Amino acid sequence: MKRLVLILMLLASPLAAVQPDEMLADPALEARARELSKGLRCLVCRNESIDESNASLARDLRILLRERLVAGDTDAEAVDFIVQRYGEYVLLRPEVTGANWLLWGAGPLMLLIAGGVGFVYLRGRSRATQAGETPLSPEEEARLREILKD
Amino acid sequence: MITELGHFALILAFAVAIVQMIVPLIGAQKRWPGWMAVAEPAAGAQFALTALSFGALMWAFINSDFSLKLVVENSHSAKPMLYKISGTWGNHEGSMLLWVLILTLFGAMAAWFGGNLPPSLRARVLSVQSAIAVAFFAFIIFTSNPFLRLETPPFDGRDLNPLLQDPGLAFHPPFLYLGYVGLSMAFSFAVAALIEGRVDAAWGRWVRPWTLAAWIFLTIGIALGSWWAYYELGWGGFWFWDPVENASFMPWLLAAALLHSAIVVEKRESLKSWTILLAILAFGFSLIGTFIVRSGLLTSVHAFANDPERGVFILAIMAFFMGGALILFTLRAGAMEAKGVFGLVSRESALVVNNLLLAVACFVVFVGTMWPLLAEMFFDRKLSVGPPFFNAAFTPFMVLLGLILPVGSVLPWKRARIARAARPLRYAFVLALAVGGLAWTMQSGRSLLGPMGLFLGAWLVAGVGVELAQRTGRGAGRWARLRRLPRADWGKAVAHAGLGVTMAGIAGLTAWTQDDIRVAQIGQPWDVGGYTLTLNEVNEVRGPNYQSTQAEVILSRDGSVISQLSPEKRFYPVARMPTTEAAIDYNLARDVYVVIGDQQDNGGWTVRVYVKPLTNWIWIGCGLMALGGLLSLSDRRFRVAAGARKTRATPVAAE
Repeated sequence: MKRLVLILMLLASPLAAVQPDEMLADPALEARARELSKGLRCLVCRNESIDESNASLARDLRILLRERLVAGDTDAEAVDFIVQRYGEYVLLRPEVTGANWLLWGAGPLMLLIAGGVGFVYLRGRSRATQAGETPLSPEEEARLREILKD
Repeated sequence: MITELGHFALILAFAVAIVQMIVPLIGAQKRWPGWMAVAEPAAGAQFALTALSFGALMWAFINSDFSLKLVVENSHSAKPMLYKISGTWGNHEGSMLLWVLILTLFGAMAAWFGGNLPPSLRARVLSVQSAIAVAFFAFIIFTSNPFLRLETPPFDGRDLNPLLQDPGLAFHPPFLYLGYVGLSMAFSFAVAALIEGRVDAAWGRWVRPWTLAAWIFLTIGIALGSWWAYYELGWGGFWFWDPVENASFMPWLLAAALLHSAIVVEKRESLKSWTILLAILAFGFSLIGTFIVRSGLLTSVHAFANDPERGVFILAIMAFFMGGALILFTLRAGAMEAKGVFGLVSRESALVVNNLLLAVACFVVFVGTMWPLLAEMFFDRKLSVGPPFFNAAFTPFMVLLGLILPVGSVLPWKRARIARAARPLRYAFVLALAVGGLAWTMQSGRSLLGPMGLFLGAWLVAGVGVELAQRTGRGAGRWARLRRLPRADWGKAVAHAGLGVTMAGIAGLTAWTQDDIRVAQIGQPWDVGGYTLTLNEVNEVRGPNYQSTQAEVILSRDGSVISQLSPEKRFYPVARMPTTEAAIDYNLARDVYVVIGDQQDNGGWTVRVYVKPLTNWIWIGCGLMALGGLLSLSDRRFRVAAGARKTRATPVAAE
């Protein structure tokens, strides 16, 4: 029984994200790799980056990314390399191209619209008169100014 | 036998709900007191029957009745008792039953404590509430019956998903559902008011405690969920912008907006139609959340029963209630005339800005969550929207909100001069700048995020201090006056300070986390972020229904031992699933988070260590926000039946 469990454990133990043997010796390069892999999606997981994922595919991608960096790619080139092979689905931060303008613009655009509507409403409120109140006529206003002057 | 009783009670509750949906509504229309009065006992009966049904299901889980399909699929006889109980709602069918149990509980509470409501409004509220219950009873009975039997029961069950075998499951979903479903009360009040054709200050006062209660529960539920994810998932993240998390966050944002706009309705009789719309939308987002979790339309870590048929059913429920309520809204909103007059610079305007920011922030989360779906449907692009998007697109709104909050909350009602009102805040501002500056100089050339977060946190907390000082005047007797402040004011102060604490915590964790991954040899110490760790030993341990590899790690600083941590790596043979159990040394300044991995060829073990500054502030802040809500809820004006007498005046007849 114990052996069976052990075998099962080996089969089912793709545990815990980045492994020490994947890491690059150069700390600067490794830091870049970590940063980049936080923005790449593990394709077989549910909403995890390859930096967090335990899946073996994520491991392959991490190693691939590090190989590109060691080969001298810039950050953009290394990410492009992976996007070309796996599609833009791997990017956790959607590119600002084409229809994605709608996505990125949604917040600011809505803020403008809502701000405009809100401002019109507030101005309306500040100019509105209490129900049952009539505004002062010009003569009354002139008289009020007279009184207040003293 | 008990199972059949539970099933029968569920069907009876369904029948009672149908009666409660129809009879009081007609009664309110025709002004027949007898018909209106049906709602009250019906609501009580509905709750009692649903509770009976839920109790029967829990009974089956506790006794491991493996003739029940649901129990077989989600339980195991060797599972600890706590998880047998909480396993009742650790699955689709059981959690839906919990959902309606809470729905009927809220209905019954409105019936029991709604004595100060005008009879016709109360009848309509309970009728609308019951209509929601009818839809969900039908959903459970026709698509997700928890009481299905098996012809040949197996000897043992298939065990609960090991990630769910945690005390978190016992508390996180019930609180979250109390929040989600609590918003149904705000919805019912809004629709009833639309049918009734009047919204006034008294309505604002009645709807506010329900919204407040729902918001408190949502706050606690979300905080518990995020804490659970933090210690259970094994890399110390607290928020993943997962579709299901977003689904709970959107109603939270809207409920927060609703809380604030209901104040304007209550005190100034303005913003009425907007408040009604918010109440409808807040519950709408709760339904969207239910839809996202149950349909499997969006991929998420909260994988539940993914069944298209159920998805379609919930979509139909959502379309009916949202469509119906919004049509009613467009027909009636024009009749709700605002009364209060106020200047462009005033507390009212500040609350409008608060609503604006919260609602737009919610919209951003919504668009981000749905975008992968929309992009695939309309633009044929298969893409992901992950945390980097949300962090970039959502955070600015919260920063803006934090910046204006202290100013808005000291502005007087009606008309204000901003320079004069905000003048006392200059001390708070200088203090916050100093805190932010200090953080800036102490960190070495990294992002602005950390200092910005600390600045906001200090600004919010100090702003609250200044406001309290302002409220209590000068000289002797300040403490007495402070104690005599209404609970609602204390609630406001505590909740706003809580927001500041949470913001500081999030910024600290995000900006200054240090991590270290290495192969550790037993007995060889190593340093991470000023701490020294030593792997003492690694043992195989046997748990009730799992095998565990347990490490013993000594955490020390400058030679003195701080604590002994035991991170584990578990394997659940029945579910064939490994989990990581991180060991965390908690304190107010930082968490040290240790995870044990696999043994390497050279005999060492993979060990992952994170030092996470200010982490606990996130949840302390959430606790403060919830506490603030509670204080506000206990305010005297919600307990006395103020406003009830006023509304006896004949309401406008609804045609």
